[in-house]
Amino acid sequence: MEAYIKGIGIISPQKTFDTPDFLSDVVETASNSLRCIEPSYKDFLNPTLARRMGRIIKMSIAASSICFKDSGVPMPDAIMTGTALGCLEDTEKFLFSIIDNDEQFLTPTSFVQSTHNTVSGQIALQLKCMNYNFTYVHKGFSFESAVLDGLMTIAEGNGNNVLVGGHDEMTDKYYRVCDRVGYWKQETVSTMELINSKTSGSIAGEGAAFFMLSNHASAENYAKLRSLKFIYKPESQQDVENRIMEMLAEKGLKPEDMDAVVYGINGDLRFDGVYNDLKDGMFKNSTAVYFKHLCGEYQTSGSFALWLASNMLKKQEVPAAVLIGEKKHTSLKNVLIYNGFMGDDQSAFLLSQC
Amino acid sequence: MSSKVYVTGIGIISAIGNNVAETLDSFNKMHSGVGTLEHIISRHQADTPVAEVKASNAELAVMAGFPKGHEDTRTALLGTIAAKEAVKSAGITDMKEFRTGIISATSVGGMGMTENLWMQYLDTEQSGPWLKFIESHECGDSTEAIADSLGIRDYLSTISTACSSSANSIMFGARMIKQGLLDRVVVGGVDSLSKFTINGFSTLMILSKEQCKPFDANRKGLNLGEGAGFIVIESEKAAKGKTIFCELTGYGNANDAYHQTASSPDGAGAYLAMEKAFNISGLKPADIDYINAHGTGTEINDLSEGTALDRMFDKKVPMISSTKAFTGHTLGACGGIEAVFSILAIKNNMVYPNLNLVTPMPELSFKPVTELKKDQKINNVLSNSFGFGGNTSALIFSRVKE
Amino acid sequence: MDELIDKLKGEIIEQLNLEDLKKEDIDNDGPLFGEGLGLDSIDALELIVLLEKNYGIKVANPADGKKIFQSVRTMAQYIQDNKK
Repeated sequence: MEAYIKGIGIISPQKTFDTPDFLSDVVETASNSLRCIEPSYKDFLNPTLARRMGRIIKMSIAASSICFKDSGVPMPDAIMTGTALGCLEDTEKFLFSIIDNDEQFLTPTSFVQSTHNTVSGQIALQLKCMNYNFTYVHKGFSFESAVLDGLMTIAEGNGNNVLVGGHDEMTDKYYRVCDRVGYWKQETVSTMELINSKTSGSIAGEGAAFFMLSNHASAENYAKLRSLKFIYKPESQQDVENRIMEMLAEKGLKPEDMDAVVYGINGDLRFDGVYNDLKDGMFKNSTAVYFKHLCGEYQTSGSFALWLASNMLKKQEVPAAVLIGEKKHTSLKNVLIYNGFMGDDQSAFLLSQC
Repeated sequence: MSSKVYVTGIGIISAIGNNVAETLDSFNKMHSGVGTLEHIISRHQADTPVAEVKASNAELAVMAGFPKGHEDTRTALLGTIAAKEAVKSAGITDMKEFRTGIISATSVGGMGMTENLWMQYLDTEQSGPWLKFIESHECGDSTEAIADSLGIRDYLSTISTACSSSANSIMFGARMIKQGLLDRVVVGGVDSLSKFTINGFSTLMILSKEQCKPFDANRKGLNLGEGAGFIVIESEKAAKGKTIFCELTGYGNANDAYHQTASSPDGAGAYLAMEKAFNISGLKPADIDYINAHGTGTEINDLSEGTALDRMFDKKVPMISSTKAFTGHTLGACGGIEAVFSILAIKNNMVYPNLNLVTPMPELSFKPVTELKKDQKINNVLSNSFGFGGNTSALIFSRVKE
Repeated sequence: MDELIDKLKGEIIEQLNLEDLKKEDIDNDGPLFGEGLGLDSIDALELIVLLEKNYGIKVANPADGKKIFQSVRTMAQYIQDNKK
């Protein structure tokens, strides 16, 4: 099961759309909750349609539109998205109106928009796309499950070009709620200092990223997605390493063949051990890259990592802002992503240069 | 790679029974589970009938086999009970014997807990053991609770495509087996009643104030329900030598792309999903002996689905019923629950009645079955599930040829 | 009546989030749904709640909305006829 990444559209806390720049001008946030830089939605949606949509729906429609344009594929053969929290803003809105109005005078709009499959459904509705349509909602496996489905769909011969995406939004209230179970740092950490933090908790993030997976080889493609593995609650570091070795061996590769490894380091001392052990052990000869200081920690952050790794391969460049230590590669042929959300639901992507 | 996907285990809990045996007993007695809402305090208690599982969370925790005092969301409890029954019925004792995964489905996950604690979560003056439920809000949480209680580690996922969610989890599990990624998968879904969904559907003005009447000309909307339905599906290799209920021969997924909540009048998406399921199974519409319809009892669904069925079957629709008047509309769980019904229809050669039907819809050529029928020859069953966001899915279960 | 129509326009804009619209953009007799303002069945449900919340009028059958919400004028007329 392999596919090419033919096009990407991403809206994130960094300047990732409408610019040829590749993270040379990093946006630093003075709080522990990173929010997306949003486009003007008038370019993507007519106002009648947009008026009911929450922020994450608009961001996702915009990101998917950018992806269609970037890939030159106007109509995908299938649509699969991953989101852990769905349309959080609308969910909160409806929940509050139930509580505030004691179940009276409630209106349907926020309820209708709150369902997790709103984004994939809206994309289909806008395109009049009656093809296969799925939404995955499994925490840190949400986006990864959508990608797995994309790879399977292509392997089955049920699609030449499939749209896969990941989207999650953060709200002020949900940030506060998650803070109560230790998700976030108590002290404000600056973007470039996150990696040096020695405390528990991370910084919150969000994003919407869409990818066109294709079975068509072309020099124009970003990268080749060669493998994807899910590692649920690993028993030990050895377990993680065995599973990665197995994944590489299936493709005839060894750890030293990885020119760069993208780690899900989130600055939380409780969870960064797995990444640091890989970085200093198994992959000590590979260039080390991290990204959560730029997009924050969120369940579908794997989509930001996939954007980053794909662009590294296409541009043959590792931006200074994501580099840990020294560059150890001469050229970038193989890149591994190892990510997880708050220590659970770990996953590995293997990508190669086209 | 396995070319066939066998069903080797089933488990269910809903308003008509806490397990497979109780469920069959309710069908035999034509006993509907729709009644008065008891476990949630709501303004809608008096005037909105629902199909509630008749047990408190504490009772469910015991049934799920959790240690005394274990607290969890109702979603995780219902899911664990049904998934455990399915795994037991499949005779699985060693999870490490084959690569085993779980793909669950839910529409609102832990919302039943979140809606009660939300204001407490936001009030930092208050604190207590209930803080642990913050993370149970996410849809994947109940799946992990089920997986951990069963010892499943090789693959986990959760699907949410509104009311078609668990038909899609069954489909995705089957595809993973066919791709050789897993040998066996626990698939299905769960949803518990919540004020969130009761009020949500109420704003859409599609909740019936009386018992729902699917496919009746005078239908007045749906009754919400809760429950879980899981099945175990296995590859040819893993199922070898085991008792097999039936085969999952067909599955199809499409999108209606018509409106955010309403189905298209001609049921174009529903037709496409069924067509895909037939293509995969290699069966023809004439091979179907029974259809377990989505049949929610809303004006729009039943007309849209019925119109698509008339077109698919060229107005020669086989025996058909909606079981929603028994279980209520269990949202993300209904595809799993109705998969269990479809499998039992084949196993027991029976067809369930479409309760409360008085006047068949004049727009449609067919009249659903209104009595419990036994001693039928049921070899192939089609089960439909449709949802908001245009999601349409169809599954076909078939008797294994001797 | 004119006063009610004017007030209703403001309420409709707010309830339906028609940010880009001003009161004067809405024709008293122009269709609200389909070709007119482009409203749909979800908006109709929103307007039913508006009637209940702001005017104490309950519309039990959503199908009645078609008639009531033909235009702002028919909506105002309905309010006048049914207000307690």
